[in-house]
Amino acid sequence: MKPGRIKPILLTILLAICLPALANEAAPKAALPNADDPVIEQRLVKLAEDLRCLVCQNESLAGSHAALAEDLRREIRTLMKAGKSDKQVIAYLTERYGDFVLYRPPFKPVTWLLWLGPVLFLGIGGGAWVMTLRRRRDAPTAPLDAKKRAAAAYLLEEK
Amino acid sequence: MKRWLPLVLFVVLVGFFAKGLFLNPREVPSPFIGRNAPAFTLPLVGDANAAFSPADMKGKTWMLNVWAPWCVSCRQEHPLLMQIAQSGRIPIVGLNWKDKDREAAPLLARTGSPYVAVPEDLDGRVGIDYGVTGTPETYLIDQAGIVRLKHIGPISPEVWKTKFEPKLKELGA
Repeated sequence: MKPGRIKPILLTILLAICLPALANEAAPKAALPNADDPVIEQRLVKLAEDLRCLVCQNESLAGSHAALAEDLRREIRTLMKAGKSDKQVIAYLTERYGDFVLYRPPFKPVTWLLWLGPVLFLGIGGGAWVMTLRRRRDAPTAPLDAKKRAAAAYLLEEK
Repeated sequence: MKRWLPLVLFVVLVGFFAKGLFLNPREVPSPFIGRNAPAFTLPLVGDANAAFSPADMKGKTWMLNVWAPWCVSCRQEHPLLMQIAQSGRIPIVGLNWKDKDREAAPLLARTGSPYVAVPEDLDGRVGIDYGVTGTPETYLIDQAGIVRLKHIGPISPEVWKTKFEPKLKELGA
């Protein structure tokens, strides 16, 4: 087998192994078991997927088995049963834990750079690109003297 | 100049990563700093008829130490808390967080208690109201009942000297 063929095959195998594992990680299982009210449970899971578990910080509040996550889900459930909107539930959490619980940080002065940074960098990169192109276009092309012309002719002839 | 640009960018990037490497992700900034300490009323450990409320501490600068008998790093800070309590520097209230097995009273009888009161937060609701993510966490609350400082994790002598003492001086306590 050609060495160039092995890489794509290896990559395919690797992806086949990894992707199901990733899908499994993303599924919020922890919130589901105590579903006595499926409507609220669905709202809870949907909302909690965008919230961070404060204990295992890379897990969502929906998927975490940490005791605090369970307590917070219990509180959210209680609030939802009391008729609070998703917005009010989020306000309840940010009042206590700050914006850190939100996986989607709100757009405000301290997060401007975070949100606009990519656009800014794209602008800088784009600007540099345009400038380079212009410089190349405007660069004066030196006229060929007799010697260079002869060298070019020689090279062309040879072909 | 142009030749050095990639190197400069690289150094800046490494600088950001180095800074990030030494940040503690557990140190979540508390939204309570400068705000009123949330009110609550909880029964005391060992005396369910008595209750504690932060309003009882009005006029005093005090510390709310969130701890639990099952918490190992709380034992780490226990000797220092005892020292602080014995020196009379500042009263410490020990919020007993999620102590389902009710081990606080026998434990404190054995090790000694640095607390002026030990309210019992069985279901962890008051902890949630204070934005507690784990034990131990300590809040410094001033005479007007405003949270001035929050420390996540055990208080070491160094933390006490560099974080709490300056704040206490600032508050004139």
